Amino acid sequence: MSERFASVEDVTDQLAAQGYLASPSVATTVFLADRLDKPLLVEGPAGVGKTELARAVAQATGAGLVRLQCYEGVDEARALYEWNHAKQLLRITSGRGETWDATRDDIFTDEFLLARPLLQAIRSEDPSTLLIDEVDKADLEIEGLLLEVLSDYAITVPELGTLTARHAPFTVLTSNATRELSEALRRRCLFLHIDFPEPDLEERIVRSRVPGVDDTLATSLVRVVNALRRIDLRKAPSVSESIDWARTLLALGAESLDEAVVDETLGVLLKHTDDVARARKHLQLDEADVRR
Amino acid sequence: MTDRVSTSDSGAGSLPGRLVAMVEALRGHGMVVGTSETVDAAQVMGVLTLADRDLLREGLAAALIRRTGQRRVFDAVFDVYFPAAVGARTSVREDGADDGTASPTARPRGVDDVRDDLVEALAQGGREALEDVAAAAVDALGAIQAGSGPGAAGAGWSARQTLEQLRPQTAIVRALAQRGSTAGFGERLDRDEVRRDVERFRELVQTEASRRTAEVRGRDRVAKYAVRPDASQVEFLAASREQVLELRRTVQPLARRLATRLSARRRRRNRGQVDIRRTLRRSMSYGGVPLNPVFEHRRKARPELVLLCDTSGSVAGFAGFTMLLVQALRDQFSKVRVFAFVNHTDEVTELVTGGEADPAALAERIAANANVAPWHASSDYGRALRSFVTRYGAVIGPRTSVLILGDARANHLDPDLDALRDIVGRARRTFWLNPEHESRWGLGDSVAPAYAQIVDMHECRTVDQLSGVVGRLLPV
Ligand SMILES: Nc1ncnc2c1ncn2[C@@H]1O[C@H](COP(=O)(O)OP(=O)(O)O)[C@@H](O)[C@H]1O
Ligand SMILES: [Mg+2]
Repeated sequence: MSERFASVEDVTDQLAAQGYLASPSVATTVFLADRLDKPLLVEGPAGVGKTELARAVAQATGAGLVRLQCYEGVDEARALYEWNHAKQLLRITSGRGETWDATRDDIFTDEFLLARPLLQAIRSEDPSTLLIDEVDKADLEIEGLLLEVLSDYAITVPELGTLTARHAPFTVLTSNATRELSEALRRRCLFLHIDFPEPDLEERIVRSRVPGVDDTLATSLVRVVNALRRIDLRKAPSVSESIDWARTLLALGAESLDEAVVDETLGVLLKHTDDVARARKHLQLDEADVRR
Repeated sequence: MTDRVSTSDSGAGSLPGRLVAMVEALRGHGMVVGTSETVDAAQVMGVLTLADRDLLREGLAAALIRRTGQRRVFDAVFDVYFPAAVGARTSVREDGADDGTASPTARPRGVDDVRDDLVEALAQGGREALEDVAAAAVDALGAIQAGSGPGAAGAGWSARQTLEQLRPQTAIVRALAQRGSTAGFGERLDRDEVRRDVERFRELVQTEASRRTAEVRGRDRVAKYAVRPDASQVEFLAASREQVLELRRTVQPLARRLATRLSARRRRRNRGQVDIRRTLRRSMSYGGVPLNPVFEHRRKARPELVLLCDTSGSVAGFAGFTMLLVQALRDQFSKVRVFAFVNHTDEVTELVTGGEADPAALAERIAANANVAPWHASSDYGRALRSFVTRYGAVIGPRTSVLILGDARANHLDPDLDALRDIVGRARRTFWLNPEHESRWGLGDSVAPAYAQIVDMHECRTVDQLSGVVGRLLPV
């Protein structure tokens, strides 16, 4: 049982010190992942702070972040390790006149091994934080590999033997849920769904990320964003959009939000033109046009 | 003030016992909770102090929930097994005594008093205040006596009775007036928020009524009957009018998820095979050893989709939901056409596109405006399939996926298997989605087994099952 954090409150404080404002559910789950020694599977819409959470935990615990960014087609060679073929070829062709057996023994050593994130985290001398980001983007086959690694934090390289982690890393997997992860992988993890934050938390996040924004502006900004999240949009604005919007408003010198300001800057918040149209309708910005 | 977990009520059993019972209840609502999850949950209870109920809730959620979307059911069940207090709790916050023995409120309150409090809470806009009003409302208005009311088996607390008397929506106007919002933009936001809070309040009343009832009738019973199943678990064939409306609200979010899934699958498929020529060219830098394969990227036109739905009687809700879903997914296909039948097939693509998005209303619109039952009102699968082939057979080509929806209850008439064979023969893929439980296929007048010999038939009783077929199997 590891004890990176003393209590749930301690998690909240330490993450806050790194600029990450954790909701009670985030803080509780991080605390439990540490105590129960389980990887944390974080699911939720884009831009709610999943990746940032792993980064903040790494900083708070002083355990370097090792990140495996998943994408379609990511494979063992990119996730685990691969042999540096080019270098091996050079070594072979530069032949030193020794037997093939000797050469073979030589080219399958550490020197020719390219450690990818999973192996890096396992071999790390110091405690590390392992972030497996956007697992849902990888193909299903990679999950078998992840399960293997996450079950005992050991990796077998046939030519080198089994490498076991000195310190089991604090592991965070994130997913935007574009595909169902396997039941087995889910079962291995504690589950955390991060949703859009409660308004007062989001206000605090915005104010801490964009220091020039005052209380009133932050409050009304978050109110508008929440109103938009309640309507059917292709892409609801996330925390990252709230932050971008606050920056824009600050740059424009807007001190309060009225129809005209919202109308002009809606494009920062919404990415699709039909979303913008729908939002204008919902907030009745069209009527503002008529009045102006 | 943080709520503590109430551990003092009689007959509660030990905490581990309560956890096990809660796990049972979650399973009863379709959540897969294995031993490893239960063990994790027990560990969570060991690591967290029970003094903070909110943290315990989050901790147990982390151990027991495995996917997004299970949270509402989890919360409702948690509230039954780990209630915030015992008995009436209106006074709990007031006098600060939280020893679980709070007595019923001293002052009896009437509908108007409670509504005044609700107006106040809505005007202030805070969750705690709403919780308090919900507790007071159920206490004052929700009591039902044993044997009273139609079909009432025993005493308890009713959310419906509470809400019918209170009519929370009537508090909206007054709350807005009290907020004193400035006309225009601010007022619109206020209205939006107050409406959302009224929705929340209804849920809180439901929670409170379940909690109180659980004390009278026992937790297991309440967890089983009073917790609303997840919309994705509701059986199409058994859905109430209310549930159908709720299903409607899930169409857009579900369509969004499915669209992402379909395009991810499309991208993956397009990744294609190794491009030998480019791989060899790239390999020149490694002395001719092909180390880095280059993949071809294939671009293919999107598939076409034909939906053929039985819109008779009880299956109409299922058909309506699926039509709306497919409509919302239309970007994913190069063409979508929708057909409906009872005993004759007619095209309804236009009817699905226009008008209100309510599955039940859609079925009525089809019955009124399309020629689906020219001779009599009962189903005739054979004739319907045959008329589809005759009138619209040319619609199906080698890029078309066909989804046929229906319970395959042929009314003891000729099922016309050849008509179905004809459809399957023309299409790229054909799926039959049957809203009946697989164990009922073939019973009575169901010809499902005969059709299933010809076509890939899937049980589709719930939204979950439907989205599985659409998201995983439909060609992209
Ligand atoms: N709780 C939070 N505290 C501080 N910043 C946050 C929080 N949540 C989100 N953010 C900010 O929002 C942005 C998006 O976060 P990110 O981790 O990239 O989202 P995700 O990985 O979920 O898509 C980042 O700039 C991050 O700093
Ligand atoms: Mg991210």
